[in-house]
Amino acid sequence: MPETLLAPLRRLGGRVVHSVWRLGLATRFFFLTLLYSGTCVRRPHLVVKEIFSAGVLSLIIILVSGLFVGMVLGLQGYETLQTYGSEEALGILVALSLVRELGPVVAALLFASRAGSAMTAEIGLMKATEQISALEMMAVDPIARVVAPRFWGGVISMPLLAALFSAMGIFGGYLVGVVLIGVDEGAFWSQMQAAVDFRDDILNGVIKSVVFGVVVTVIALYEGYDAPPTAEGVSRATTRTVVSSSLAILAWDFVLTSFMFRGV
Amino acid sequence: MSDNLVEIRDLSFAYTDRLVLQGINLTARRGQVVAIMGNSGCGKTTLMRLIGGQLKPTRGKVWVDGQSVGDLDFAGLYRLRRRMGMLFQFGALFTDMSVYDNVAFQLREHTDLPEEMIRDLVLMKLNAVGLRGAQDLMPSELSGGMARRVALARAIALDPMLIMYDEPFAGLDPISLGVAGDLIRRLTDTLGLTSLVVTHDVQESLKIVDYVYFISEGVIVAQGTPQDIRASELPYVHQFVHGEEDGPVPFHHPAPDYAEELGLAHA
Ligand SMILES: Nc1ncnc2c1ncn2[C@@H]1O[C@H](COP(=O)(O)OP(=O)(O)O)[C@@H](O)[C@H]1O
Ligand SMILES: [Mg+2]
Repeated sequence: MPETLLAPLRRLGGRVVHSVWRLGLATRFFFLTLLYSGTCVRRPHLVVKEIFSAGVLSLIIILVSGLFVGMVLGLQGYETLQTYGSEEALGILVALSLVRELGPVVAALLFASRAGSAMTAEIGLMKATEQISALEMMAVDPIARVVAPRFWGGVISMPLLAALFSAMGIFGGYLVGVVLIGVDEGAFWSQMQAAVDFRDDILNGVIKSVVFGVVVTVIALYEGYDAPPTAEGVSRATTRTVVSSSLAILAWDFVLTSFMFRGV
Repeated sequence: MSDNLVEIRDLSFAYTDRLVLQGINLTARRGQVVAIMGNSGCGKTTLMRLIGGQLKPTRGKVWVDGQSVGDLDFAGLYRLRRRMGMLFQFGALFTDMSVYDNVAFQLREHTDLPEEMIRDLVLMKLNAVGLRGAQDLMPSELSGGMARRVALARAIALDPMLIMYDEPFAGLDPISLGVAGDLIRRLTDTLGLTSLVVTHDVQESLKIVDYVYFISEGVIVAQGTPQDIRASELPYVHQFVHGEEDGPVPFHHPAPDYAEELGLAHA
């Protein structure tokens, strides 16, 4: 009887230890990446290439999603504000929701599924086809040459994408609120301008998106680098990247928000 | 300077606790083409990774050009690797770069040569493998044999002293097979290299090599010049050279009795 009870417990324990172990390895991987970033400084074109594949190629999905999220915010916000007769505050509502929360978080979630999964698959396949081994045998460090440029490419792209997402969202809110529904245009913009603070709102949003950029790219790169070199291994790693980085984004968002906005 | 470029003494290696190689002694003299033969899974690739320093010996030592590979630090190992080329089984070309950029890769990473000089070197290496005309293709547009030749051009880009070939003949048609064999011999002779060829293709390699080692289940079971090997009466070598299905290397993977497994034993 105790054996049947112990087995699941032991499995649970095994999983926890395994997860903690991987978290430790991923952290070491992160510091190694930072340590070997010298090549990126000396050869910035390596990073530029990765900004293109992580950032520029994610533009469409980010811009379109931003527009729609902003339009929905405009509609929903108007519905609620109207009951209190304060439709002019729509600009504030749209802008603050976007720059504080939705911009960084939704852009990061999209970035994880668009660019993060691509990074994992690419590195996993490079490993499976022995390209990583070939680099080592050519006396070229794969962390410095392959991982670090992708890391910096992702970390630089993420805040820019989040900013574009917010800008598109505000434009979407303007389209629905002002152009379509007819909220006063002057009030929309001037209230937004008065209420959005550079340090408290914009800067905090940027800090969030930088943190998310680090979290997503480290998870994506580590999963790829750690993937078993088989088709199945790479596909599982890709799925894990999207799942773990989405969860990590939401968890970090809560932590960061609780430090940044304490309701004072 | 010793006559032996690669020297392996009493080498054993285990992945975690499974012993893959035991008590290997092997020498490759400068200018030779040395073949390491054995059936799949006997530890040939593992042996190459030990020589290249990607794995560390569990016991014993590997010397390349007088340096003990397992004892080098990171910088020393990377310095040594610049003078080694390795040809992976499927080429391992960088799939996001053209043939030209693949061959130029090491020159760009390790030298400050101007682009015109890199161009001359790349074209020279591609010409040596007969693929100068393929310089603008991407790896996905190459056949298996061509990919391996491009990988060879990439491996000789920095004029290494040693090249290791992992199964250069596997999966090639008979013509590409002959081309690959000739190429290995010719490059070794003209560039003054030493070549280690891991293979299970006996007929092709016996034509081009100077010395052969046979590995079976992690130990060296036979060695000699191609003439010795052809004349060998050792059952294992005989089975291997003549491609017999059953012999010391059984056709069947160890399994319970067939009749019993089908449930016929009780009938
Ligand atoms: N990374 C590894 N971890 C554990 N076992 C391995 C690993 N790589 C290879 N092996 C095992 O070691 C043995 C030798 O492998 P390998 O050197 O690739 O053989 P070969 O190249 O001769 O076909 C095989 O039985 C293989 O299963
Ligand atoms: Mg092998």
